[in-house]
Amino acid sequence: MRYERPQTITDATALLAGAAGNAHVLAGGTDLLVRMQNDDFDAGLVVDIKAIGGMCEIVESDNAFTIGAAVPCAALSEHAALVAAWPGIVEAANLIGSTQIQSRCTVAGNLCNASPAADSVPAMVAAGAQARIVGPDGTRMVAVEDIPQGPGKTSLEKGELIEAIVLTKPGPRSGDAYLRFIPRTEMDIAVVGVGVWLALDESGLVQEARVALGAVGPKVVLAQDAAAAIVGTPLDDAALDALAAACSAACNPIDDKRGTVTFRKQVAGVLARRAARIAHERAGVRQ
Amino acid sequence: MSSIAVSTTINGDDVEYLCQADETLLDVLRNRLGLMGAKEGCGTGDCGACSTIMDGRVVCSCLVLGAEAEGRSIETIEGMANGNELHPLQSKFIEHAALQCGICTPGFLMAAKALLDVKPDPTEKDIRFWLAGNLCRCTGYDKIVRAVQDAAQEMKGARA
Repeated sequence: MRYERPQTITDATALLAGAAGNAHVLAGGTDLLVRMQNDDFDAGLVVDIKAIGGMCEIVESDNAFTIGAAVPCAALSEHAALVAAWPGIVEAANLIGSTQIQSRCTVAGNLCNASPAADSVPAMVAAGAQARIVGPDGTRMVAVEDIPQGPGKTSLEKGELIEAIVLTKPGPRSGDAYLRFIPRTEMDIAVVGVGVWLALDESGLVQEARVALGAVGPKVVLAQDAAAAIVGTPLDDAALDALAAACSAACNPIDDKRGTVTFRKQVAGVLARRAARIAHERAGVRQ
Repeated sequence: MSSIAVSTTINGDDVEYLCQADETLLDVLRNRLGLMGAKEGCGTGDCGACSTIMDGRVVCSCLVLGAEAEGRSIETIEGMANGNELHPLQSKFIEHAALQCGICTPGFLMAAKALLDVKPDPTEKDIRFWLAGNLCRCTGYDKIVRAVQDAAQEMKGARA
């Protein structure tokens, strides 16, 4: 294994693009170092991005938050403006692992690890988050839902890395929420996760919504039928029933020791209902 | 494989060492620097026995590369007591018998210190959630939680 700590993103992409064999980006390392314990895993080139300017910072501008790819999840909950703007994303990110893991793990890493059960991913997808990707050919912005392609697979090309996650500032009367089901009270992998973002019109009806499901398919599901089921409604019981049914229908889960197909489908509906209520409550108090 | 030269700060002292690219901070502390307080339990970030504090945040040193310590500030259990004077957390762990075999204890102490550094007056729930990444197979946790609560009280009294 070779370890490099470039000072610029240009150097980082050049290193990754020029690697003859395996190449990995090291941000928090909470997945990569665990894989390295396995003797059959050859890390190849490891590019530590933490010395690159901006990677460890959350930058707030007039219209967005830019979360550097190496910002630990613990830092999200310490950023008061981010917590106020996107509580669902912060709550999702803070569900990952222990205090020790929180000190190191990142939302960009959670996304690039491409686990179907990643907690922060459905929350980011619901929020319409974008990833700023830098590669040898320049910079591109990609919707978070277009990054994971299946377990452990992303749409990043050789030489590319995520520089930051960009969240636009939420508009008035909007709110987000993320809930997951685990059999314990903490420190477990989601059996189902649901992220909901919605915005209300001036009369209090749902004007726009995004619903994302985790751990119910090979990658995060942007459930457009579920969002459509609540748009134009006051989020009454009938709308919540339709939302739950659409979420259950959008699931394509596996049976495993953590949950059966039937269980996951039902719980996706139940959590969507609860998360939508929380997002709705948050939207109601945001001017 | 060529070694990587690292300059870092450990318990307030400037330290320089050479390590391999794939060597963890835990291995560097134990095998190269003779700091045997951090223990290897699982080696995969699940048990917290190797907890150390890096730039004010508690981390599993088994999930940090030795090379990543460059320019950082590391605190280990060896720096917790002030000479012969134990840290209040250490004294309270003894007083409450918050340890039996002791393997997990350095990790619990470092994690608890990191908690009290940011939250000097934690609730029982705060303590239990914060320490959820530290596993103890002897005590049943209750004595550990009581010891942390008592240490927090004592430290609060000392500041008043």
